[in-house]
Parts: sequence; structure tokens; C-alpha cells
Amino acid sequence: MRVFVLVKHAPSPESTLRVGADGKSVDPVCLTYDINDWDKYAVEEAVRLKEKYGGEVVAVSVGVNCDATLKKCLAMGVDRAVKVPVEAGFDPYQTAEAIVDVLRGERFDIVISGFMSQDTNNALVGVLAAAMLDLPFATAVVELSVEGDEVRAVREIEGGYREEVFLQLPCLVTVQSGINEPRYVSIMGIKAARSKELREHVVKLRGPSVFVERIYVPPTRRAEILKGSMPEVAEKLVELIGSKGVI
Amino acid sequence: MLADLVLSEEQKSIREAAREFAEREFPKYANECDREEKFPLDLLKKAAELGFVGLHIPEEYGGQGMGILAYCLAVEEFWRVDGGLGMILSTTFGSEMLLMFGSEEQKKKYLPPLARGEKICCACFTEPQAGSDIAGIRTRAEKDGDYYVLNGLKTFITNGSIADYYVVLARTDPNPPKRNQGMSVFIVERGTPGLEARKLTDKLGIRASDTAEVSFKDVMVPRGNIVGVEGDGFRQAMEFFNLTRIHTAFQAVGIAQGAFELAFEYSKSREAFEKRLVDFQAIREKLAVMRTKIEAARLLALQAGVAADRGKPDPGLTAMAKYFAARVAQSVVSEALQIHGGYGFMGEQAVSRMYRDVRVLEIYEGTREVEVELVARALLGGLPSVLGVVRKHPLR
Repeated sequence: MRVFVLVKHAPSPESTLRVGADGKSVDPVCLTYDINDWDKYAVEEAVRLKEKYGGEVVAVSVGVNCDATLKKCLAMGVDRAVKVPVEAGFDPYQTAEAIVDVLRGERFDIVISGFMSQDTNNALVGVLAAAMLDLPFATAVVELSVEGDEVRAVREIEGGYREEVFLQLPCLVTVQSGINEPRYVSIMGIKAARSKELREHVVKLRGPSVFVERIYVPPTRRAEILKGSMPEVAEKLVELIGSKGVI
Repeated sequence: MLADLVLSEEQKSIREAAREFAEREFPKYANECDREEKFPLDLLKKAAELGFVGLHIPEEYGGQGMGILAYCLAVEEFWRVDGGLGMILSTTFGSEMLLMFGSEEQKKKYLPPLARGEKICCACFTEPQAGSDIAGIRTRAEKDGDYYVLNGLKTFITNGSIADYYVVLARTDPNPPKRNQGMSVFIVERGTPGLEARKLTDKLGIRASDTAEVSFKDVMVPRGNIVGVEGDGFRQAMEFFNLTRIHTAFQAVGIAQGAFELAFEYSKSREAFEKRLVDFQAIREKLAVMRTKIEAARLLALQAGVAADRGKPDPGLTAMAKYFAARVAQSVVSEALQIHGGYGFMGEQAVSRMYRDVRVLEIYEGTREVEVELVARALLGGLPSVLGVVRKHPLR
């Protein structure tokens, strides 16, 4: 079984967010990067599939500075890594195109990605790649197993419900956090990563599909506790609702 | 930052791996091990399985061979979350003596099980009447054929009651020409008749770490268990501490960083006078100064660690780093507790434990006073250190 896992070198949620001087970007000085949290679960799931069924796990990442994240994947048990050294920025379509360019040259059974990225929360790259490759896919997967030439995936849906789906191989799934407990990176893993392949795959992007107009910090909403006797509070409330144009 | 430029990609990966391990595992143990003075054996096992314990021990002796600095980075991250639990990385304490001075046979025998976390080591220097003044030890090793007979009492021994291997400094010559001569280092195995250890309880801090009194009563040790050269024990001990004090400097940086983070978060969420604490100038200044001091301490520790990895520890740089980082840790943790106010004082917060844990850093592995004395000696040429180069000022 050959599993491809898509990983993003993404700003950590611990980063401080500052709008860049151009008003269209995030100031990179205040950002610290790490593997996207959801992708950690994807890597773990991919490595577990390999441990169960044999085969190979390949990690793919898009970005000029994603080496540390790919090395982390290799340390977690991924066999080889492919880096696509382009910056797709906030554009999930371009990112998916870059990934698809790698996948078209490879044979695979399952592609796994995290449900979404911790920076933009689009939850799009995986499904866009599936659509471009015309693969069956399932999102927000919380249970995954291979049964014959099918994948059984249990999806998390609204209201605490679950949905069980079967996908014909090859397919793509995006996994929800909590599907497993990602293993720790061991020192032995870090050393083993030294001799594993990390190759660059050069692509020429067709140009952006998303154009950022403005990045801004939304105005803070204020909450107010109305104090006083019941009639006083009621009066203030009516006044307030009136001032907001509701009545 | 400079640290990120100096560290290799692998060292950064190790730091990150250690951080993740400590962040996810330590909270499960911290309160209980502190309260009950319990050494976390299963946490040690987990850390060892991931390769953290033998990080600095060369591969040929079963370790990971990643160097001193890499080990120190793990120490920093472990101590950032909890000092007492961070001491699981000190279960190899004493192995440095074997690495630096041990015979090939000793290294092959004792180091691999230590690196795997299966065995625990301790270093027995301190005695009731001799702490900083190591030359004042009275433990005697008397030659008896192919054996030495050890008699004496060691105290404040880290890992003393849980150790399998005891690295012991004893006096082989009762009347040497100088008091720092005539001492030798031995390795003694647990279970050797006459060796007894008694756990010391009610410590102020790092209560998850084992501390014991170790007594030797007619303990027969084969001659082959001398580590290094007979009579050269004092010099060996000094070189040992020149290395291990770097670890302590990183312990200090770690606990200071942890306390700062707790105080920072608290001051952003706690309100007084209808403002967040972080909006008060007095608190902002504290946070700024704390963070600045930590960075300075980290760079000094890093300098000492890099020097050790690139050849030999520089005793001046090591002492400087240990002195300063431990000093910074005291002030940072104290201010962190101050920011927490009554909640910090009541003892239920992690910062309260840090306040107790941090104190040892200016006492063990060389007191603050010993460290500044060593820096002064280095300046005056009394120690082989780059600090001995002091240029004459042209306006003198």
C-alpha cells in the first residue's frame, strides 16, 4: 500500500498576528511555524496504515521553507518526502495544483491530508486535489480502515452524528484531529531521517486564483452588563435596542 | 534569534521533540510526584524509549551521540514544564565521569544500560562536612590487595536511593602533600555489601527527584573500578563539574522560561482596577525585564554548551553561564510568583512549585559563591579559559 500524506508548514497558533505594512499580508516576523496540527494526525494515520498493511508513506508539502515539517514527518516514520518549493500563499487552488502535479507522477492507493490548516481554516486543499484527480473523497474522517479494495471511513458530521462511507481505492481522505494520538518524535527517528530522501519537485504555477484585498483585525465587540432595578434595566434595554435600529 | 542561527536543524528538531514530550506528558505527573516526593520511573522509561535519556552518550556506548548541547536543549525544555520531572534527564548523572576518564571496559559495561534508561547513576561527592569544599571529604578508600575498602558517608546525593551505579570520590591517601591531592574516583554497584542508601525527604523543591544519604561501611571495591587515575580524583571532579554545570545553566533557563510564560498568560487574563494586569506599567516592566534576562541567560548557556561541543568545556564560560542563569532564574521565578499574587502564594499553582524548585540551582553543582569565584579565577588566569584574555586599556 502506498500512502501519500499532504502536510503544511503552517504558522503555529501561538504566533502573534500582526498585519503587514502592505495591509494585505501577515507580518512574518511574529510567526513561528510548525507542522499543521491536523496534518500530524494525517501523518500518524498514514504511518499506521503502513505498519498494518506494509508499503510506503510519502509526505508532500508546498512551500519554500517547509523542510523542517517534512523532516518531522520523516522522523515520525514517513519513508520519503517531496517538497514543492513554491509559495502559494493564501491560495488553496494553487496549493492543490502543486500537489496534484506531484501525485500525477506517482502511483498511490490513498492520499491523506488534515481536515484543514490551522492558519486559514479553508479545508479546501484536500478536496480540490481530489476533484482535480477525479478521486472519491471523504472529509472530517474520524475512523479509517482498508477493507479489500475499499476504504471504510467514518465521518464526523454536525450534531454529534457520524456517517459511514465506503470509497473505492485510490481515494483521498481528510482526517479530523482526534482520529488517533500522534506519536512523539523520537531521537532515533530524527537520526533515521538523515538518510531518507527529501527531494524537490519543481512546478510552474499558473497564477493565483485568490487575490487578497485587505487583511485586518476585526473591531472588538463590546459586551455590556445592564445594572439597576428591573424597570431601569428594561428601560435601558429598550433604549439600547432602539439606538441600534432594531425597533 | 542567535540561538536559531547557532543550532543545527537536528538540534532544533530535538528541542521541539523534547518540548512536545514534556508538554504532553509532564502535566500527568507534576502534582503527584511533587506532593508525594515520588520519582517518576515510568516517565523515565517513556523518555528513554524516545532516546532523550542517552542523548549525549556516544553511539558506541549505546547512546544517541547527539552531543552536549542537544542534551542541554532537552534539559531546558523539560525544566520549562517542571524542574522535578526534568531531573529524569539526570539519571545519567555521573556517566560524564566515565565518559571523560573511564576505561574502555568501564564505558562498555556501564554506559549502555544508562543510555537506555534501564539503570540509574549517581555521583557521590558531597559529605555532611564537605560540600563546596570537596577537598574536605573524609570517605576513605584503603587498599587491600586487589581491592579498596571504602568507608564514609555521603549526603545530598541525587538519585542516591534509586541508583544502580555509584560514582564515588574517596580519599586514597590520608596524608597527601596538598589537601586536594590523594583522592580517587570509584564506581560501585548497587548491592555491594556495606553500601546503604537512605532517601532524604521533605526537600524544599525538585521533590520528584530522589535525594539520599549514602553510607559505605567496609565496601570492597575491585581495583579495576577506579575511574581514571588513582590520586587524580579532585582534578577529575573539577572537570566533571565544568561539564555538568552547563546542564544546570540550561535547567535555569528552562524554569525561568516556564515561569515567564505562566506569568505572561496570567497577566493578560487577570484584571485589577478594571484593567488587565498587563496594562499596568509596573507589570509590563516586570515582563520586559524578565524576558530580557532570560534571553541573556540563554545566550550565555548556549555559549558554554557550544564550547563544550566544540572541544572541551571552558571552565570560565561554564561558571559564568551557571552563575548568571541560576541568578536570573531566581529573580524571574520570584517576579512570576509576584504577578500571580495570592494565587501564587497559596501553593496550588505551577509557579508556586517553580518558586521552590528554582532555589536549588544556586546551591547544587557549585553554589553561586563558588561560581563567581571560578569566574574570577578564570579572569586572573587561574583556570584555562578564554576569560583569561583581558586586554590592557590604552587610557590606563
